Amino acid sequence: MKTYLLSVYQPDGPTPPPEVLGPIMEGLAALNRELHDTGAFVFTAGLCPPDTATVIRAKDGDVLLTDGPFTEGKEHIGGFTVIQAPDLDAALRWGERMAAITTLPVEVRPFAS
Amino acid sequence: MAVLTRLLGDLDLAEEAVQEAFTVAADRWPSDGMPPSPAGWIITTARRRAVDHLRRESARGAKEAEAARLHAPEPASEETDLLRLIFTCCHPALGREAQVALTLRLLGGLTTPEIARAFLVPEATMAQRIVRAKAKIRDAGIPYRVPEQAKLPDRLPPVLAVLYLIFNAGYAAGSGPDLVRDDLCAEAVRLSRMLAALMPDEPEVAGLLALQLLISARRPARTTVDGSLVRLADQDRSRWDAALVAEGQELVRACVRRGRPGPYQLQAAINAVHSAAARAEATDWPAILQLYDQLMALTPTPVVALNRAVAVAEVAGPAPALKIVEALALDRYHVFHAVRADLLARLGRADEARDAYKRAAQLTDNEVERAHLLAEAHR
Repeated sequence: MKTYLLSVYQPDGPTPPPEVLGPIMEGLAALNRELHDTGAFVFTAGLCPPDTATVIRAKDGDVLLTDGPFTEGKEHIGGFTVIQAPDLDAALRWGERMAAITTLPVEVRPFAS
Repeated sequence: MAVLTRLLGDLDLAEEAVQEAFTVAADRWPSDGMPPSPAGWIITTARRRAVDHLRRESARGAKEAEAARLHAPEPASEETDLLRLIFTCCHPALGREAQVALTLRLLGGLTTPEIARAFLVPEATMAQRIVRAKAKIRDAGIPYRVPEQAKLPDRLPPVLAVLYLIFNAGYAAGSGPDLVRDDLCAEAVRLSRMLAALMPDEPEVAGLLALQLLISARRPARTTVDGSLVRLADQDRSRWDAALVAEGQELVRACVRRGRPGPYQLQAAINAVHSAAARAEATDWPAILQLYDQLMALTPTPVVALNRAVAVAEVAGPAPALKIVEALALDRYHVFHAVRADLLARLGRADEARDAYKRAAQLTDNEVERAHLLAEAHR
């Protein structure tokens, strides 16, 4: 078994209205139940918007804080799920379903073993 | 390589073991003589080396278990192993360039410099591409297996692209004294036949096979006794392999009946039209041009446009063809300059034609082709 990080990238900006977000959250909940039932589930979390982030840099024995996310850009990680899968094909199948539900790009990245 | 990769579950380890086995072979075979089954000998020797290697590396535990596993009985089918390796090398999670490079390296047996030349990139770039692709297969857990039936339509196109490139690498060998590396062409045809048997419902697989067969059929007429190049128009067509022509044409007819054209089927059809002409003058160029128009609609690349221009020259004359050719950004491609040279010569612009032939000769690494181009330049 290998462990994979599935990151959902979402555009910055206001949260979609309930009639859009509702079905997506239902779909994700169903997907998570299935991940649990098949033993693939490790962890999942949704994140607050990127402007709530703080970046810390160590410099000359001091720390420097900056307001906002590390990467510039119009899309940031909106949530992530950690799964276990026998191989990349299996991990990609979960990722494909996640992308279909969220209509957002999903990055599948293996954990270093 | 394919058998060892399945046994060892690791591309790098397999490659290392195969290389070691070839080193031993180079040492022993000249004095001991060739073994009855050279491929079997290499596989057995490589596996023993890998077992030794794993034992050395690990005192105990998982590696020991892995070493024990290597004593498992022989594989059910070497063909399946090859297909597994192809589909692994051509996995969609790898970039197209990485897929092609990896397959040529692991299945085609090309050296990294040869692959680099085929793609017109620096050797270091290609070496890095191959290392990176192998690392991704290992780290991301790309499986070593033939994809399930439902996934085949997505997984097939990169495999076809790769096989065609192996064939081309053989038919127009990038470097060295031989124009054609028959071993590579034969390998591409063999793999394509296997694919065609595995996927009888995919017309593009049949198209790719037909294309290779029809081109291979001309092989006996393509070089003279002393090894120099003979162009299609000048070939002795009685020397074409009639059985290969017949097989290729039958496959093309079957594709046409299916009515699901694709780039390989169209290229095969173009070659089928060439094969149908007993003499070069009897070639049905309007039919070829029409097929190129269809091909351009599907794959509008500069190289297809260049080949189409050759047909335009036959149908409408060299002037309109030259106009098309000169708009193409293919300055580093030797065939571009050779086609241009031919068109210039036909238009009576001898000085420019000579320069273009010389430029083409500079750009090819193949000695036979260079000799041919220089002879044209000095005609």
